[in-house]
Formats: sequence, structure tokens, C-alpha cells
Amino acid sequence: MKKRLSLLFSLMLVLSVFLAACGGFNKKESAGEKTGGEKKADVPQELRVNINTEPFSLHPGLANDSTSGTVLRQTFEGLTVIKDGKPKLAAAESYDVSDDLTTYTFKLRDAKWTNGDPVTAQDFEYAWKWALDPKNQSQYAYQLYYIKNGQAFNEGKAKAEDVGVKALDDKTLQVTLENPTPYFLELTAFYTYYPVNSKIAQKNPDWYKNAGPDYTSNGPFKMTTWEHNNKIVLEKNETYWDAKNVKLTKISMSMVNDPNTELSMFNNGELDWAGSPTGTLPTDALPQLKQEGKLHVQPIAGTYWLKFNTEKAPFNNVNIRKALAYAIDRKAIVENVTKGEQVPAMAAVPPTMFPENKEGYFKDNDVEKAKEYLKKGLEELGLKDVKQLPPITYSFNTSEAHAKIAQAIQDMWKKNLGIEVKLENAEWNVYIDKLHSGDYQVGRMGWLGDFNDPINFLELFRDKKGGNNDTNWENPKYKQLLIDSQKEKDPEKRKQMLKDAEAILMDELPVAPIYFYTQTWVQKDNLKGVELSGLGDVQFKWAYFE
Amino acid sequence: MLRYISRRLLSILLSLFLIITATFFLMRAAPGGPFSGEKKLPPEIEKNLNEYYGLDRPWYEQYTDYLVSIAKWDFGPSFKYKGQTVNDLINEGFPVSFFLGMEALLLAVSLGILLGVIAALNHNKWQDYGAMIFAVLGISVPSFIMASLLQYVLAIKLGMFPVARWESLQHTVLPALALAATPMAFIARLTRSSMLEVLSNDYIRTAKAKGLSKGQITVKHAIRNALLPVVTYLGPLSAAVLTGSFVIEKIFGIPGLGSQFVLSISNRDYTTIMGVTVFYSILLLFSVLLVDIAYGLIDPRIKLAGGKKGE
Repeated sequence: MKKRLSLLFSLMLVLSVFLAACGGFNKKESAGEKTGGEKKADVPQELRVNINTEPFSLHPGLANDSTSGTVLRQTFEGLTVIKDGKPKLAAAESYDVSDDLTTYTFKLRDAKWTNGDPVTAQDFEYAWKWALDPKNQSQYAYQLYYIKNGQAFNEGKAKAEDVGVKALDDKTLQVTLENPTPYFLELTAFYTYYPVNSKIAQKNPDWYKNAGPDYTSNGPFKMTTWEHNNKIVLEKNETYWDAKNVKLTKISMSMVNDPNTELSMFNNGELDWAGSPTGTLPTDALPQLKQEGKLHVQPIAGTYWLKFNTEKAPFNNVNIRKALAYAIDRKAIVENVTKGEQVPAMAAVPPTMFPENKEGYFKDNDVEKAKEYLKKGLEELGLKDVKQLPPITYSFNTSEAHAKIAQAIQDMWKKNLGIEVKLENAEWNVYIDKLHSGDYQVGRMGWLGDFNDPINFLELFRDKKGGNNDTNWENPKYKQLLIDSQKEKDPEKRKQMLKDAEAILMDELPVAPIYFYTQTWVQKDNLKGVELSGLGDVQFKWAYFE
Repeated sequence: MLRYISRRLLSILLSLFLIITATFFLMRAAPGGPFSGEKKLPPEIEKNLNEYYGLDRPWYEQYTDYLVSIAKWDFGPSFKYKGQTVNDLINEGFPVSFFLGMEALLLAVSLGILLGVIAALNHNKWQDYGAMIFAVLGISVPSFIMASLLQYVLAIKLGMFPVARWESLQHTVLPALALAATPMAFIARLTRSSMLEVLSNDYIRTAKAKGLSKGQITVKHAIRNALLPVVTYLGPLSAAVLTGSFVIEKIFGIPGLGSQFVLSISNRDYTTIMGVTVFYSILLLFSVLLVDIAYGLIDPRIKLAGGKKGE
């Protein structure tokens, strides 16, 4: 009997020694890293971040998600790059604009692909036409619709030669646009506008599917490893034209899709950055991180709003919509529910684009006015009392964060206006389908800008059947202002037109804005120079460890 | 035996056909499609994509085409991951899940049986209570809590293992432990109760009377008979464990097939949903068959129906 017990114990001992041995190496390793970090002279310039999931595609013309964007932004470079919120010349050395603002002529600098090929104007022409070519199935082709005949070619109504992008010689690229586009230099920093090494791509159409000698890029980093669904490793690109300003030697991107694990990995020294924009932090951990002074917060160009289906009673009545929008206490939601330092929104366009929108068009939590509007609205609908109003349904896609906001607003509408609210949630795809097909009353939605211009937010509501409008709202004056703004050459006048349009939107309120998004993250204290744009994009070109 | 197996293979084929059909139509019935997103695509682009992937054709054409390509073991391109086929996804994801599953299975079976046998041999003594408290905890603590607990204690507090990711052998230990905890506890309980039952049998008393040592009795007579329920449980368990657990793979950031499967559903990645479902079904159906065959080997009293004596 005793013998057997001791056998068991020795077995367990062996097992635990084995386990401890496995772990022991790891500890030594990380300890080694730590002592290396203390030596000021040679801090290892290796960055470890988490990108949550496998990127959908690392072909600039096929990518259509933020994860792919995060990787491509490090490995490729467009004509311009966003730094300090403004487009700066990157692959282009200089540019000229015609007087009517529709023709841009870019002069390219001497730059090389990772395999040594020169970056030419033909590479840009090839890449843009490739993405627009309907046979290549690019979902983001519409990002290139600003180019003359881009849309027509993509819809099979024009030929490739008609598209307004032309390499005049190896270093000169001429772009003709459909309309004057005041934000075109912002667009050329977007990944759909990146070049592709045309020599490689024509020889090997599968060049973008894996890392390897054919995966050539022209940015500050090159991809050396791509283990699908596991990790991506980028290394400094020595052939990059500005390589002397790139200090990081390596970026490891892991794909862990669990916010709690991401934070644990950061706490355990396995990551140098956790949270936005590459990953996510668990919402529950935010207050604690904030208290410890570790949390970094930055506003980004995004608005969380409630959409009203303006064709369904009672939301066809503008006063009812106003009453509902005014009766929400946004400050309380931001402070007690979302807790991510978001900014209460009483406007549609985020303050990163219109700084004055921190104030907004109406007062937050204006219960008095809300009650007045409700009374007026009920009269117009022919109802005597709010009790005659049938309960309204508030829809959201299934998620704890959205559910908490919905419950808070349900409570506010009940308490402030006496309106009964039913909550209804559905899985994301089911929800988005309902919203797009108009099968809802009130529904939440978030909108994030693709490039730094208010048109991103305003054009959603230009056409009733605009695809992303969902509210069925349309206003001729609003529409005209947006169309005119597209042709306006004076930036100040254009801005005023857009502001006028926004004022109409905020008076009719087909959407009730709730808050402007922020991004939150934690990072190693000695990591500097990470460039975060107002759109929530990250650029590691200038990053380094102190 | 041969006839039995061929008959079973036929019924597997039939089940597979039913599974494919049901999944195909249920999937199409769910609202949303592979190209619906927050930002709605221009209709021309969506139409173009639907044409390219054949989603605009009548359902019976898509269905029959699909059956044909499955028969050729070609699951088609992934709708979401451009440039990867579903076969790629399975070929890359399954070995990872399989390795982790084997590790967990080994842990669960060896430790589970060990604990169960010890508990049974020391019925109503402290070893018994200790093992069973352990087992109850293992069954009742959900795997995601177990995973977080292991991460917190062994990785963050003791620094023995990395928190997550899939790199080296030491990266596999925590997920394997988390995955093994529940089945190990279950196996321990199963082994204990069937051991207790077996130990009270007459032939054990006979063996004792013959003067065999306790060790010989346990190994040669008791365990062999006591393991039958464990073997039954092993079939579905190995299918479940080897194909990967979504929760564990998500928490530990493991590039396995389990997380792929669940993600593909929320992505509405039709070909991936179908491909992985078919692959899983085949695994499950075959593991059940293997268990049934293993029965006959362990216990000669069980005759597989269709055998010579059965007729």
C-alpha cells in the first residue's frame, strides 16, 4: 500500500519537474530580455503587438478590414502618408494640381521594392487598375471611384484605358478625377491606393498569399513570416528610401482574439502594446487601468448613434425624434456605462474633423425641451397622452456593451418621457440585414471614418436608398449642399457648406448621436514615436524604444 | 466483422449526406451573407462578387455542384480570407487542434484512470475523498474559468509558462491542462464507480482466493473490465477534443480549427462553414465506429452484430 502511494508521488514529482522545466526556460528567457532592457545603450528595437485576427488579405487591392490595414500600413507606402493628422508626401516627391483641381501630377522619388526593383509610376497605375478591374473581385474598389471612369470601369461600362490614371514616364504619375476632391491627398495614403510591384504580380498572380521572395513591398518594413491565424513577423526594410529614420528592427504581430488574454500577455511582458488600434482591451479593466494611470486615451473619428426608421410611426414625426434625442443623458452613459473616456455627441461629425463639435447642436440631457417636443409631436400624431403611444422597439446587435447602453437609454426614455421601450437584440449579420432592409424602429450603429473628411459621415444620409442610410430620410436642401460642396474649390466655403448640411441633419435628427469614439490602450513606457491618426490608424515607422 | 463494418460505412455515408444537406440549407436561410458588412457594398460590386462565387445561381445548381466538389475533397475558396482555400484552412488548423487534443487526451486519460483506480482501491478513505473532490471541481468549473485561472496562477504569478500563443512545447501546456480538466475529472469518476462494481464481483474474490497479489488482480482482472465505460466515453471525447475547443483556442490564441469554425459562422464564410462541418462530421462518425470496434476487442462477450454467431 505504502509502496503504491510512493509510486504515485514519484510519478507526480516527475510530472511536476517536467512542467517546471518547461516553464523554467521561459522564465530565464524573459529575465534575459529584462536585463537587456535595462542597458540603455542597446535597447532591443523589437516591438510585439497583437492584431486579434488573421487579416483577410495582404494584397492592398483586396484588403477590406482594419487588421489587414494595420499590417499593410507598415509594409507598403502610398503617394502620401498621414503624419500629425496631415497628409505628407511619401512615395511621391512632389505634386502639381491643375487649376480645376481635377488633375494631379505626382513626381515619384527614387525608391525600391524589397527585392531591389525600382518603384515606378507604372506600379501605381497597375495596382489601381487591378483593384478596379471587376474580374479581380475587390470589395474596396469603390475607394477608387474618385478617379475618372473608375466606377464605370469597375461596373464594366468603360475600358481600362479610360481610367484616369496614367504613368507618363517611370517617375511621373498623372491622375484625373471625376470631381474636384479636396481630400484626395488623404485618400492616396489609404491602402487601396498603394502600389503593387507590377513585374512580380504579372509573373506570379499568387504573390500576395504567403510571405516569401515574391511578397515584395515598398514600405518601412517587410514581411518575413506569415503563419496563418497565428502570427506575422515584419523586419526592417533595408532597401526603403527613408530606412535611416526607421529604428525598429522587428515587429511581431500575434493573433490572439481575446481581450483578457491580450491584457494578461501585456502584464506578463509578452506584449509591448495592448488595446487599440491593433487589439482590444477588456471593458471591465478600463476603470482599474485608468486609476493606475496606465491607460492611454485618444479620440478618433467615429460616432455611435441611434438610427430612427423615419418611415415608421411615430418616428416619421420630427418632434418625436427630437424628444427622444434630447432626453438622453449622454454624460451619464459615457461616465457610468462605457467608461472609455468617450465624448458625448450632440453632432454627427466627430471633433477630429470639426473641432467645434465638442459642443454640438443641442444641449445634452435637455429633459424640459424634450417634454415640449414630445407634447407637440403627440398632438401632431393625434394622440392625447404618451400612454397612447405604442411601445417602441430598440434594436442592437448582441454584445454586452451595446446591451448596457440600450438598458440605460430605455431607462432614460421611460423616466424622462414616460415612453415604454422594448429591447431586441440579434446576431451581427442578422441585425445588419434588418437595418439595411428597414425592418426596425430604433437601432444602434457606429460609423468610423475611412479618411479625414466630414463628407465621410454626411454622405451617408445623402440618398434615401444610399446603402448605408438605413433611416429612409432624405432632404433636398441637404442633398444639394453635399453635391455643391463636391465642386467647391475654396476649402473654407466648402467647410461652411458641410456645416450647413450638418445643421439640417441635427435639426431633423434621423439619427440621435450618443458619443464620439475614443481608443484606449496600454503600452510599455519606453516605447515612443508611435503615430496614431485621428482615424484610429497606427504607423510604426517612427516608433522606437528608449 | 467485414459485413458489419461495410454496413456501418454505408450508414456513415447516409448520415454525412443528411448533415451536408441540412447545413447547406440552414446556412442559406440565415440572414446576412458573406459580403454584408457595416459598410454596405455598392450594389454593382456585390453583384459581381455573387456572380464570381456562383451565389446568384439557383439553389439546386449550387447544391449539386457542392456535393460533387465535396466528393472530390475540394471545399472551394474561403470567401473571407482571400487567397486561401478551405482545404488550406483545414490542413493548417487541424494539425494544431489535433496536437493539442492528443496532449489533452493523454493527460485526461492517464491521470483520470490513475485517480479513479486509486479512489476505488481506497474506497471511503481520504484518497477516495481527495480524488473525488478534485473530480467534482474539475467537472463543475467551466473550461474558460479554468483557463483564466491557469493563466493567472501558473503564467502571471509563478511565471512558469507563457500566457498564450502557439510557439513551442511550453506554450502548449496550459491549454492542454485547461482542455483536459473536465474530461479527466469525468474519467476519474467513471473509472472509480465501475472499478467499485467490478471489485465486488465473484471472479475477483476467486482471484483473491487463488492467492494472486493485489497488483495482479487490479491490473489483470479489475481494470480491464472497469475500462469499458471509459472506452465508450472516449469516442465522442476524442472527436470533441481533437477537433479543437473554440473557447480554449480563443483564450490561448491557438490557430486551431475550432476557432476557425466559430469565426466562419459569424463571418458567413459559406464554404468554410460547410467544409469544416463535413470534416468534423467525418471525424465524429468514424470515431464512434472505432469505439464500437474497440468494444469487441476489449470485451470478447460483446459480439458485433452481423458477425457469424449473430446469425
